[in-house]
Amino acid sequence: MSARTDIVDEEGSDTKSSFKRNTPVAIKITKLDKSFRGNQVLRNLNMDVKPGETLVVIGKTGSGKSVLLRHIIGLEKPDSGEILINGMDVEDPEVRKKHRFAMVFQSSALFNSITVAENISLYLREHRVFQDENGIRQIVSNTLSIVGLEGKEDIMPSELSGGMKKRVAIARALAMNPDLILIDEPTSELDPMMARTIGDAILNLRKHVEVTQIVVTHDIDLAHYIADRIAVLDEGRIIEVGTPKEIDRSTNPIVRNFITTQFEREEGGTRL
Amino acid sequence: MNSVTVFFQTTGEIIKLLMESIFWCKEALGNREKIFKQVVEIGNRTLPVAALISLFIGGVLALQSGPTLAQFGIEENIGGIVGLSFVKELGPVMASVLVAGRVGSAMAAELGSMSVYQEIDALKTMDINPIRFLVMPRFIACIISLPLLVIYMDVIGWFGGALVSSVNPDIHVPFSVYYRNLSELVDFSDVLNGLVKATIFGIIISIVSCYVGLKTRGGPREIGTSVTKAVVLSFILILVFDYFITRLLILLNLD
Ligand SMILES: Nc1ncnc2c1ncn2[C@@H]1O[C@H](COP(=O)(O)OP(=O)(O)OP(=O)(O)O)[C@@H](O)[C@H]1O
Ligand SMILES: [Mg+2]
Repeated sequence: MSARTDIVDEEGSDTKSSFKRNTPVAIKITKLDKSFRGNQVLRNLNMDVKPGETLVVIGKTGSGKSVLLRHIIGLEKPDSGEILINGMDVEDPEVRKKHRFAMVFQSSALFNSITVAENISLYLREHRVFQDENGIRQIVSNTLSIVGLEGKEDIMPSELSGGMKKRVAIARALAMNPDLILIDEPTSELDPMMARTIGDAILNLRKHVEVTQIVVTHDIDLAHYIADRIAVLDEGRIIEVGTPKEIDRSTNPIVRNFITTQFEREEGGTRL
Repeated sequence: MNSVTVFFQTTGEIIKLLMESIFWCKEALGNREKIFKQVVEIGNRTLPVAALISLFIGGVLALQSGPTLAQFGIEENIGGIVGLSFVKELGPVMASVLVAGRVGSAMAAELGSMSVYQEIDALKTMDINPIRFLVMPRFIACIISLPLLVIYMDVIGWFGGALVSSVNPDIHVPFSVYYRNLSELVDFSDVLNGLVKATIFGIIISIVSCYVGLKTRGGPREIGTSVTKAVVLSFILILVFDYFITRLLILLNLD
């Protein structure tokens, strides 16, 4: 049996049939421009994501990483340029009928007035994916165990630490059985141990679902740990794309600078 | 942008939110639990205070007009006077002011914090329409609750008037006379008049508070600003609309 059944049980005959299908999407972004009140954030940005890969976007703070993700999920409209999902424009309603997209926000954005379990199951309930409570409960406990938070169903988000919130947000995204998952800064403000746990959780997703992942971070170590390919974003443009090894060998001074500052920080950290 | 464009833009957006909320009422049945929860919430927040203020407003109405009426020897009309003022004007306005202050403010704070902390964005990414999910249940709950609250306040206000009328030596009208006069002077149409107002005020409070909440940008400070804005804007609109609804009801001869 495929590992995917960990999230959705095949036997659940009353599941909406479309929900079980997973078709990782390809994304093609061409000449994307976006400015906010004269502040140009994305400039002529081009990017390709292959179906089923984990692409990590790195870049310094304020370089437009979150804005890029918000465009891909459709929360922002480009000034010009286009974003194609399997060849269809992202704003085409057909895209949302065929595919489910999930996003993990930089701030986690859990619904604060409801429990962890209710957060995770909200999508399933609102879209009436299951007729019975059993299917929902199953998905909640499966996704919580993937992110290493077994038994936390009835806790309120305010009682969770930052890292736990992030993991619940990942579980919530996972419960949608998405074809595309966007994760914004999974490890910011977390200690290295927790960063590692989250990195493992993200790697783990790939064992459970066939999904295209775009992860945004400025943590170069995390990028190496989880990425199939790394894209470097600088001043609203992708200046370099490649496998982690290729990025390490890059001769582009901005990329070099980004990698080496990170290493210096790491060394400083061990010395302390 | 100058203030005139802002005014028209805001008005347009509020009307659009109203229309969309009405549109989503088609899903009311499927969301009845959420609506019920909101109604209970409104009740919890308002019923005790409503009882207290109605009792005193009824009392002060009797206290103000009773002695004057007694001077002319027509104090037996006190029941009708208190009854009518309460049903047509004070009941709906006081109930709405109370709901705006206690419920509208909470709605603006809740939706405001959901906007600021990207929970609204999260809803959108889950293909859950925030107006259906958040605004419509509050909208319907206010439309249901406000008329009920007005009836509740009317009854207690009348009683407050009766109590003062019978106890105060300058008025000295017993309960039986008070209530007989009240039932003679207050028609069903007068009660209906008040309930129409209450319903419209309920629409105003829910839409304005949700609108202001959803428009909140920034951080915790802006959530506070939104709460104040929602309450003040609701108050202004309630009082302005009160005049025009009254005028309209007179024109339609429902008064
Ligand atoms: N809604 C908005 N309105 C105005 N400016 C915005 C908006 N969203 C983003 N910006 C601006 O766009 C720029 C890029 O922001 P973005 O959040 O994408 O950066 P980032 O790369 O995610 O940074 P970080 O690593 O700190 O999260 C910033 O200068 C920010 O001020
Ligand atoms: Mg960001």
